[in-house]
Amino acid sequence: MLRSPRTLLSVTSAALLVAGLTACGGTTKDSASNTSGGGQSAAAADPNAAVKEGLKIAFLPKQLNNPYSDVETGGGKVAVEELKGEYKLVGPNDASASSQVSYINTLIQQQQDVIVVAANDPNAVCPSLNQARAAKIKVITFDSDASKDCRDAFINQATTEGIGQSLAKMALEQAGGEGEIAVLSATPNATNQNSWIEVMKEELKKPEYSKLKLVKVAYGNDDDQKSFQEAQGLLQSYPNLKAIVAPTTVGIAAAARYISSSSYKGKVAVTGLGLPNQMREYVKDDTVKKFALWNPADIGYLAAFAGANMASGKITGAQGEKFTAGKLGEYTIGADGEIVLGPPTEFTKENIDQFNF
Amino acid sequence: MSDIDLDQRPANNRSAVLKSRLTSWDSIILVLTVLVLIIASFTVDNFGTSRNFTFMVLDLLPIILIALPMTMIIVTGEIDLSVASTLGLTSSMMGWLWNQGLSIESIIPLCIVIGAICGVVNGFLITGLGLPSLAVTIGTLALYRGLAFVVLGDGAVADFPWNYTGWVTGTIGDGAVPNVLILIVVLALIFGIVQHATPFGRSLYAIGANAQAAHFSGIRVARTKFWLYVASGAVAGLVGVLWTLRYSSARADNGAGLELAVVAAVLLGGVSIFGGKGSLPGVLGGVVLLTALQNALRLEDVSGQALNIVTGSLLVLSVLLPNVTSAVRGNWHRRKLRQASATSAQ
Repeated sequence: MLRSPRTLLSVTSAALLVAGLTACGGTTKDSASNTSGGGQSAAAADPNAAVKEGLKIAFLPKQLNNPYSDVETGGGKVAVEELKGEYKLVGPNDASASSQVSYINTLIQQQQDVIVVAANDPNAVCPSLNQARAAKIKVITFDSDASKDCRDAFINQATTEGIGQSLAKMALEQAGGEGEIAVLSATPNATNQNSWIEVMKEELKKPEYSKLKLVKVAYGNDDDQKSFQEAQGLLQSYPNLKAIVAPTTVGIAAAARYISSSSYKGKVAVTGLGLPNQMREYVKDDTVKKFALWNPADIGYLAAFAGANMASGKITGAQGEKFTAGKLGEYTIGADGEIVLGPPTEFTKENIDQFNF
Repeated sequence: MSDIDLDQRPANNRSAVLKSRLTSWDSIILVLTVLVLIIASFTVDNFGTSRNFTFMVLDLLPIILIALPMTMIIVTGEIDLSVASTLGLTSSMMGWLWNQGLSIESIIPLCIVIGAICGVVNGFLITGLGLPSLAVTIGTLALYRGLAFVVLGDGAVADFPWNYTGWVTGTIGDGAVPNVLILIVVLALIFGIVQHATPFGRSLYAIGANAQAAHFSGIRVARTKFWLYVASGAVAGLVGVLWTLRYSSARADNGAGLELAVVAAVLLGGVSIFGGKGSLPGVLGGVVLLTALQNALRLEDVSGQALNIVTGSLLVLSVLLPNVTSAVRGNWHRRKLRQASATSAQ
């Protein structure tokens, strides 16, 4: 039998020796050729093909029972019904990297026509997605993309430019065309917010914005209390402020709460990116006239239409191809198979009750 | 040395009853597994295809491999809950070493060694210091997972060579037999022979039945257990490599929660959590039964929550049923004895 620590030592050193021997020569990061298999040969698109009925379109969000993704897949369901297809929603209970793979495999077995997936890990789902594509299933990603070489198209909810321009436009409107405005952002190093604010500043250099003056960018750290205090501080420092622009859902809600309970109500506008459910009461009491966000239901809706068009052979996912997505109108596929949803949806007193998220 | 045959013990009658009950539970599981496979093939669309077979083998690969040493450990009355974290740590290390420019051919054996070292730590704490295995491996469960995050953080390494990642998910000659099935068969044969046909394997049952008695009959209890933990760690390391290659993604959170699936399958396979009882064929049946059932239910669009309810109930039943039947049998046996003594007294 096995004896003494010496045995352990010898086993370990033997293993290390094996490792050492194989260390010279072999496949390393630099020498590895990473041409992953799978996928399909790009068939030519037939723009005149009709969109088929009865397509099986399956949605696989990051995990089930998440309110935001429920709205997204809800939009997908509406689209699949319009397309007279078969809608299916499956997903894991946890958003771990590998738990989606079993579900993708099941969808392959069920021979779905389209899989619409929000990838928990851009790489872990790749081998399975490529198996799906080899089985002639079209793969559309939304929310968070998988690697480019294992999906046919990605629905991008918004571009940085689109958001930044929309913020500048709303600020101009809300401030009444002139005066001082301030930004209430998340943290000083929040990547998304910073790039949106950059675009917004570029926009403000244009002639139509010449009477608008950005006096300060404040940071509420995406913390409700801090954002509330920062909003207070902004109005103490700049009593002539015409509008607060908050490109974060926490910031806009806190600013709206402060303004609605202060003497500035009706004098200082609040706008930015927010969630309709959080903003409803401030829109109804006229503190907030207009704010924006991409509509998650439209993401699912567009994904279903993109998948159906692809499964019908109308498009292949190549740049420049065009297709019609029901009520959303015509879309053109961008570089790397990206389809941009378009400018964010604007919410006002008139339409806010149509949205529940 | 320690070739103890349990059937030769003085309590001949009781152990015979025990043994028949055990073999019957093993066979119940195996029969149930075959039944589920047959029924699902005929009633569930797309279940009995070769591609689905490949998917199922890939799904059960990590559970079945880790279950091999786990069965032995539980038979000795101990447990190893750190296996999934060992898997995560080797996966992280694999990604890190790959980023350092080491060749994949040297990373793979290194990762198995890293897994074995994790096992050595467990084994030393449990057998060297005499600490309870439940407490130690819950501790190292957290420790190894923590180390995994230290090594790789929240990031992932994904650019492993295609010929390796493709091998794990591929089939022999593009047929119906997955490559990894060879690995499963070879390792299951080795562990099966060691457990059921060697003195070492028989000594595990003696340890599980009564560690002190085993010690006094000349079995080196501590050393035996120590090597079981090393084996468990090494296999978890190997599974860490396979997991990373299958998903072509080295991440610190890989395999989180897998230890429970493994222990569940081992118990479903008829191994007693108190040690001393159980067989590898039963465990293999348990793993296949759980995986096949989940696969079939998923193909039938049963939701994830309902899936958990089904597998959870199955596990409770698997622990409950053998106990109930033995209690009923014991009752019946005692009543018969009472009747016999009553008639003889008259």
